[in-house]
Amino acid sequence: MQTINFILANLPIIGQRTVEHISIVGVAIAIAILTGVPIGILITQSKAAADRVLYVASIIMTIPSIALFGLLIPILSLIGQGIGYLPAVIALVLYSQLPIIRNTYTAIANVDPALREAARGMGMTSLQRLLHVEIPIALPVIISGIRNAVVLGIAIGAIATYIGAGGLGTFISRGISQTDIRQLLTGAFAVSLLAIVADYSLLALQRLLTSPGLRN
Amino acid sequence: MIRLDRVTKAFGSVVAVDSVDMEVPAGAVCVLLGPSGCGKTTTMKMINRLIAPSSGKIYIDGRDTSGIDDVQLRRSIGYVIQQIGLFPNKTVEDNIRVVPDLLGWDRKRSRARAAELLRLVNLDPAIFLHRYPKELSGGQQQRVGVARALAADPPVLLMDEPFGAIDPINREVIQDEFMKLQAELKKTVVFVSHDIDEAVKMASHIAIFREGRLIQYDKPDNILAHPLNAFVAEFVGSDRTLKRLRLIKVGDVMLSEPPRVRAEDSLDTAAALMEEHGHISIVMVGPRGRARGVVRLEAARGKKGLVAEHVDKLPGLVNVQDDLRTAVSTMFTHDVTWLACVDDDGFYKGYITQRGITHVLGAAYRDR
Repeated sequence: MQTINFILANLPIIGQRTVEHISIVGVAIAIAILTGVPIGILITQSKAAADRVLYVASIIMTIPSIALFGLLIPILSLIGQGIGYLPAVIALVLYSQLPIIRNTYTAIANVDPALREAARGMGMTSLQRLLHVEIPIALPVIISGIRNAVVLGIAIGAIATYIGAGGLGTFISRGISQTDIRQLLTGAFAVSLLAIVADYSLLALQRLLTSPGLRN
Repeated sequence: MIRLDRVTKAFGSVVAVDSVDMEVPAGAVCVLLGPSGCGKTTTMKMINRLIAPSSGKIYIDGRDTSGIDDVQLRRSIGYVIQQIGLFPNKTVEDNIRVVPDLLGWDRKRSRARAAELLRLVNLDPAIFLHRYPKELSGGQQQRVGVARALAADPPVLLMDEPFGAIDPINREVIQDEFMKLQAELKKTVVFVSHDIDEAVKMASHIAIFREGRLIQYDKPDNILAHPLNAFVAEFVGSDRTLKRLRLIKVGDVMLSEPPRVRAEDSLDTAAALMEEHGHISIVMVGPRGRARGVVRLEAARGKKGLVAEHVDKLPGLVNVQDDLRTAVSTMFTHDVTWLACVDDDGFYKGYITQRGITHVLGAAYRDR
């Protein structure tokens, strides 16, 4: 009840924190898609390259988020951006690479070789093959990788408050430091809700973009 | 039309295709035949340069294909593969429109073409145009595969075991359909198969490959009648003479203008006719000439009465369009040595005998 009163009394600030949170995750995911999808496609050309890239992306995944933020502080301090928005976005871009690259790579590499052969035999160029055959067929799996990255990003984004990036994590960190259960619950609830809404929206988008011929 | 001039393909130190020379005339169905690993598929794929020859030239209509851009070349050659390879994300219509789209046809024209082609392969456009491949049976999918290959009306069609993945019953049907289509379209077809029966059925020319070399290249009847060596003889099978039955039509072997009687003729007339021709039975026809029954000599000789009173059922009939295989099979079924031959309307056209068949098959061996 107390928590509900707190939420109702603080709706404007919750809204503002939510916008901050979305802006960190949104920008990071956009960059991660623009880098991860092309990398995922490129590495289908070479098994050795694929193994190495996926290995590096997996290692990045294992670095605890708080440690990664810490590592970025001295590096970004060189350009005066050691804390705040930029390191938060960079960390999320790095974490998002694995699910996006891995899913893109797996989906493209698993396109039936007969389709590739048919496409080649009919006179499609490599780019046409990619655009008309491989990407449309791989799309559901690629988007499901993006969904993973978004949920992961929203969760890790909550920790970015410790490097002064704001967002919904602020309620959680203050709830802990001030032993204020209301703020803690508000933050936890808002982060979960945001993750669920984002995941379902992307699921809807995934269904929309999947050709009816590929649905089960 | 398609000419291979000392075409060779080596993968590292392995020579997959070794200096193959052959010429496929326009409108021919050339079946490349041989055991797996014999180089037949590699040879076919060199025609649309999915595999680039290591040496040698391939000419289509006199043009050296190495001088044409690979992508442009492939758009001018229809391609059908065993796995069918319809794009699952596209509708049947969009699958057929792939090459027309690549060639920049306008939408209206390519859509009309897709509907036209579906009718050509016996699929109703109203039902199938907007379906997805997963909603079709294997046989329907490969019909669409053939339609897709024909979309931009290419003069040359390459088919890589196109009916190999289809169940035997549908395979026969789709082979027959394709032959009918080919009789109309007269494409130059290069067709890879490992099935001698399919080759005998489809081919105007058969090329037998072994270990990358073209061993024998000839018309199917010549390959079956005169295999060049023990390998070819064994590959085409010890029953190769029987396989030739498929290649000959009943109409080409039957004796036409046969003697016949009518229901109202007397038995005397029937017996006289049989003795005149040295036959032991004679076909009775209806008023307009349809084969109705048979009168046997022992039943007619020395008896009074009309043909209608002593007629027996015809033991079996064969259509003049059928091949000899069907005729022989019908003879064996009914334990007879001759059959009456009729046309599509049942009119009596002639008769065919076991002796006549063996004589025709034997002619190929006597001539040499």
